[in-house]
Amino acid sequence: MTTPKISLRNVTKSFGRKVVLDGVDLDVMPGESVVIIGGSGSGKSVTLKCILGLLTPDSGEIEIDGESVVGISDSDREHINAKIGMLFQSAALFDSLTVWENAAFGLIAGKGMSRTAARPIALEKLALVGLDEKIAMMTPADLSVGMRKRVGLARAVATDPEIIFFDEPTTGIDPIMGDIINELIVDCTRETHASGLTITHDMASARKISDKIAMLYKGKIVWAGPTEEIDTADSPIVQQFINGQAEGPIELDISAA
Amino acid sequence: MSAVQTVGRLFLSFLELVGEVTLFTLVSISHCVRRPFYFRLIGRQMMEIGYYSLPVIALTTLFAGMVLALQSYTGFQRNAVGAEGVIAEIVVLSITRELGPVLAGLMVAARVGSSIAAEIGTMRVTEQIDALVTLSTNPFKYLVAPRIIAGVTTLPILILIGDIIGVLGGYIVAVYKLGFNPTLYLKSSWDNLFLEDVVTGLVKAAVFGFVVTLMGCYQGYTSRGGAQGVGAATINSVVSASILILILNYLISAMFFGT
Repeated sequence: MTTPKISLRNVTKSFGRKVVLDGVDLDVMPGESVVIIGGSGSGKSVTLKCILGLLTPDSGEIEIDGESVVGISDSDREHINAKIGMLFQSAALFDSLTVWENAAFGLIAGKGMSRTAARPIALEKLALVGLDEKIAMMTPADLSVGMRKRVGLARAVATDPEIIFFDEPTTGIDPIMGDIINELIVDCTRETHASGLTITHDMASARKISDKIAMLYKGKIVWAGPTEEIDTADSPIVQQFINGQAEGPIELDISAA
Repeated sequence: MSAVQTVGRLFLSFLELVGEVTLFTLVSISHCVRRPFYFRLIGRQMMEIGYYSLPVIALTTLFAGMVLALQSYTGFQRNAVGAEGVIAEIVVLSITRELGPVLAGLMVAARVGSSIAAEIGTMRVTEQIDALVTLSTNPFKYLVAPRIIAGVTTLPILILIGDIIGVLGGYIVAVYKLGFNPTLYLKSSWDNLFLEDVVTGLVKAAVFGFVVTLMGCYQGYTSRGGAQGVGAATINSVVSASILILILNYLISAMFFGT
């Protein structure tokens, strides 16, 4: 039996009295692209942060390549994170570095590669996301939101990661740029043969980049299945969400919106 | 809630804060002495903390030395005491032991501590620190350690230069305004300056460099809540570093000169 790249079992996380994750189970298989959908405050970002080690779950098990990653040491976490790439919602580029230094960061600081050796790789990855060499010497402050996302994507794939995480990749950009980013995500994950885990509430994006979709609601996965089956899912919660209807079983958490 | 409960809650919060700062300090120190070292970043921080602070330190110590000479002379005149022999001694000891390190420490806290807190705080709220973690880079190693190493190493150099400029300030006022003999003034300054005076100032400088950069990093690293949180972190870094500088200044002085 194939070992999942990412496996979550009964993961729970609360902040004070607010239960955010209430027993999440999810598998991402090698080469598979999984998208977690859900409304604001449903726990998508917390799930991602728990997998990345930015938050520690209260209970449950998270495994990457069969290795438990909950409560591991900083050096073990660095070893695990060497396998991953991450595109943040705001791109989270380093202001003090140029575009090419941002793209090459994982190679230079993470893998100890020399700047001279890392630069051509960074330029190659920037070209992969449609940015030419003229952009390379600019700083993130000089770029539009869409271009920053591209640089963030180049940085995420620069180390040829085995798993790539995407946090709301199309939020804050226009639909055309959103579609371009989606295309780039598909191309980049195909190019690197990486597994992908994306969180989004953009259904167009979810349909385009996923093999499998999981719906998170009130801290639980309420439906998971192949992307082509989501339109016929028998869950009223999924149907309300994917059709964007105000009426239905989903209770809006105004405080989290 | 009763008064006892309120006091208890405040005390527990205080203990929690002390524990958090202690843990942050120990982790920071451990990363300062362990490989890998980011020499490029350390160099950049040394320029930022040391070189770019030089003008403000020079101005501060220059005028401190000048006003010290002037006020000492006025005070001695009022009490009909011969001033010429002791003004040089007062200036050189006050500048090297106390005013140089403390004033420079406070100025660096305002200029550098606030800048560190704002920069790291902004990185925290814009997920740049999370990005570092996902790129297999320890934020303590990459952000905190270079700043602390630069602070501890450059502040003594900065204060040594400040001491010289402060003494020069006293010399300018004594010679050109008060009409003292320049040779006698310099001789008196040199004769009254001992190695332990300079060493005390340099020890203080290294400690203040550590405190300023540590507080800047801590407040920035733990900032929350967007722009407002970053603003609060900036204020807290300057206030906490300034208070710690004044307390530690007394403790180090008592350690070296307390009888």
